Amino acid sequence: MTAVPDFTEPFDVVVAGGGNAALCAAITAARAGCRVIVIEGAPEFYRGGNTRHTRNLRCAHDGTAPTMTGPYAAEEFLDDLYRVTGGQTDEVLAKLTVANSIQLLGWMDEQGVRFQPPLGGTLSLGKTNAFFLGGGRGALNDLYRRAEKLGVSVIYGSPVVALNISDGFFISAVIKRQGKQIPIRGKALVAACGGFEANIEWLKEYWGAAADNFLIRGTPYNRGDVLRMLHAADVMPVGDPTQCHAVAIDARAPKFDGGIATRLDSIVFGVVVNRDAQRFYDEGEETWPKRYAIWGRLVAQQPDQIAYTIVDSKSFHLFMPSIFPAIQAPTIGELATKLALRPASLEKSIADFNAAVRPGTFDHAVLDDCRTEGLAIPKSHWARAIDKPPFYAYPLRPGITFTYLGVRVNQESRMLLNSGAPSGNMFAAGEIMAGNVLGKGYLAGIGMTIGAVFGRLAGQGAASHAHN
Amino acid sequence: MHTTSALHEADRLMTICNACRYCEGLCAVFPAMEMRFTFGDGDLNYLANLCHQCGACYTDCQYSPPHEFSVNVPETLARLRNDSYAHYAWPQALSGAFERNGLIVTLLAAVSTAAFVLGCVAFADRTALFSANAGDFYKVIPHKAMAGLFGAVALYVVAAFWMSLRAFWRDINGDGPNAGFAAFGRAVADTMHLTYLHGGGGGCTSEDDQPSPSRRIYHHLTFYGFMLCFAATCVATLYHYAFGWHAPYAIFSLPVLLGILGGIGLLIGPVGLFMLSRKRDPILVDTARKGMDTAFIAMLFLTSLTGFALMVLRDTPAMGILLAVHLGVVLGLFLSLPYGKFVHGLYRFLALVKYASERRQGKFVE
Repeated sequence: MTAVPDFTEPFDVVVAGGGNAALCAAITAARAGCRVIVIEGAPEFYRGGNTRHTRNLRCAHDGTAPTMTGPYAAEEFLDDLYRVTGGQTDEVLAKLTVANSIQLLGWMDEQGVRFQPPLGGTLSLGKTNAFFLGGGRGALNDLYRRAEKLGVSVIYGSPVVALNISDGFFISAVIKRQGKQIPIRGKALVAACGGFEANIEWLKEYWGAAADNFLIRGTPYNRGDVLRMLHAADVMPVGDPTQCHAVAIDARAPKFDGGIATRLDSIVFGVVVNRDAQRFYDEGEETWPKRYAIWGRLVAQQPDQIAYTIVDSKSFHLFMPSIFPAIQAPTIGELATKLALRPASLEKSIADFNAAVRPGTFDHAVLDDCRTEGLAIPKSHWARAIDKPPFYAYPLRPGITFTYLGVRVNQESRMLLNSGAPSGNMFAAGEIMAGNVLGKGYLAGIGMTIGAVFGRLAGQGAASHAHN
Repeated sequence: MHTTSALHEADRLMTICNACRYCEGLCAVFPAMEMRFTFGDGDLNYLANLCHQCGACYTDCQYSPPHEFSVNVPETLARLRNDSYAHYAWPQALSGAFERNGLIVTLLAAVSTAAFVLGCVAFADRTALFSANAGDFYKVIPHKAMAGLFGAVALYVVAAFWMSLRAFWRDINGDGPNAGFAAFGRAVADTMHLTYLHGGGGGCTSEDDQPSPSRRIYHHLTFYGFMLCFAATCVATLYHYAFGWHAPYAIFSLPVLLGILGGIGLLIGPVGLFMLSRKRDPILVDTARKGMDTAFIAMLFLTSLTGFALMVLRDTPAMGILLAVHLGVVLGLFLSLPYGKFVHGLYRFLALVKYASERRQGKFVE
């Protein structure tokens, strides 16, 4: 770890945040000869925000990378991005993201980040995504090591409590460190400190009391304080403030930081019912990963924000195991009792579903022809009667991954003010500006792509400003 | 369902790891875990012995302490592995030797050394024991006595290994098919290469949280040092019985050259491993049984050191006593083989055979 820096001396570049985007910016600026400080609000163990829970980075490539199958052409990547966002993207920045993603593997490799070939359950992403060896925390360790070797000062447990900005020009950030407020002056600011998904009060502004039942998949430190300060300082917002990426996760997961291990892949193999033991959406509508991303919102809209995925023993070993044991019973009625649902209601829901199942050939790898007929809420694929005991259930809650609200940036990753004019010395990278590129939806690994591409641009921009 | 705290904790961790799987590129443990939905005692003992304790999965884990999931795979599998040595020890009456291993091995070494020295003083020809014998060891201890004693001990050690390994294999293989030659060959290659002491490429977190290749290098020096010394003994046995060429052998003869090379490895390797183990973050290891590691590498080091002393001074009157001391240390090492750290290599080898065999069957759970 580096020694505590001299805070009285102004820095060339002040980086708020400590994840992938922040470190890409810090490393880039330090390599350009700048005196850089990384201000991480979280304690050292929790450093890196959502990066610590990521696993891979999406990038266009020509197929020669040893750890990827491929190739993945830039045009194809762009098509994927347009498809998931439904056009809610800044076309210029989207093209820039994809074009610059080609350099990322080589650049990351230079910084000491190690990759692995996809194995087991991740083979389907081997063409589009490069997997970090050991996952996101492994990549973070490599990036921090590199940053510290380059002389970047890193301080932990030091949230930014105020920004001193004058007419869209950054002057200093006030941090709270060991109970004391310390101003940190810098020639340029890179804001790379994520969204506000862990800020339940803020989520409540859009979701009401339902937000109390949300589980947050990342650390409790993703509070969006800097985002709010920037908006208050006349920086132009981007992205729908009411939107967040939510997946259905095990309701028994911790309130914060449960990460990847709390996900449940059982939904398509059975039915999902709400508190009233009623089905509420077509469980067989879509394949992964799209289905993965819609169920968080669906559960959030149910009473008490709770739902139960129910499968029988035919399907129990077809999906990834959960960290929490399945709730198990020999009959549907007993299962209902264990879940505190009305047995008669659940028995009826399952019986109605079973009666509507049409014969077909089950294949969970494709959109198969197993479907129901005559139900108000159909199941269009993978529909098989739930009739082979024992029966298993997992409780579901919305798991919030990230928020879409951010700050508007241009092609230099420079923040734009409400007037449309670019800021003189403020840059943004990562989730805090991802809404420019990803207006809605999600594409596996795109967060890391945006973070690295705009992190590098922000680092370059901040460095060249500091040198002038 | 599990009877020990280590088994219980390993089951809890593997259930979390199996839902995450981010570490699957680091070593063999995680791909092997992915082939299972639930973890019985045999599965967990298998995974524990497949782990090379490189530490990479701890520094890369988003759930390691202070996270509330408190995932610490290296420490848990180290405890379980050490438990498994006692669990499979033969005869079971001696399984307690793994508990206070450092003390027991030290006592064993001291007693066998003392026994040799006193035995020589009592029974050997006094003049031979304290005079220069031109390097002829058999003047101090007759060849038949030496070969008979070590032959009997070797037979016992092999029998103990056989019983232990058979029980271990039955547990970890369960109803699985027997491993073929290809799996065996793969495991030999993985052992010789220490494929999984890499942390997936970076190395071990030995000195601090930065991966480094040092632990693997020192382990190679120790392992190949041991194998060369073993080869030296085999060649010398062949010389004696097949060709009738009796010791002492010249410095540039094959047995002596092999012994010197191996001995150098056994001096540098254990010292390096000992230094690294002192620097290692205690959170990664089974601190309660660290004495077992230290005792084993100390015995290897002493075997080499006394061997070198004997070689250098074999033409002086000190040879007799040095020979007794060297043979005493070697006897202590031999007797402690089934009840000390040495067994880690054997169990790990079988775990690697199992892993190679499973991979060939390609049974992955997705």
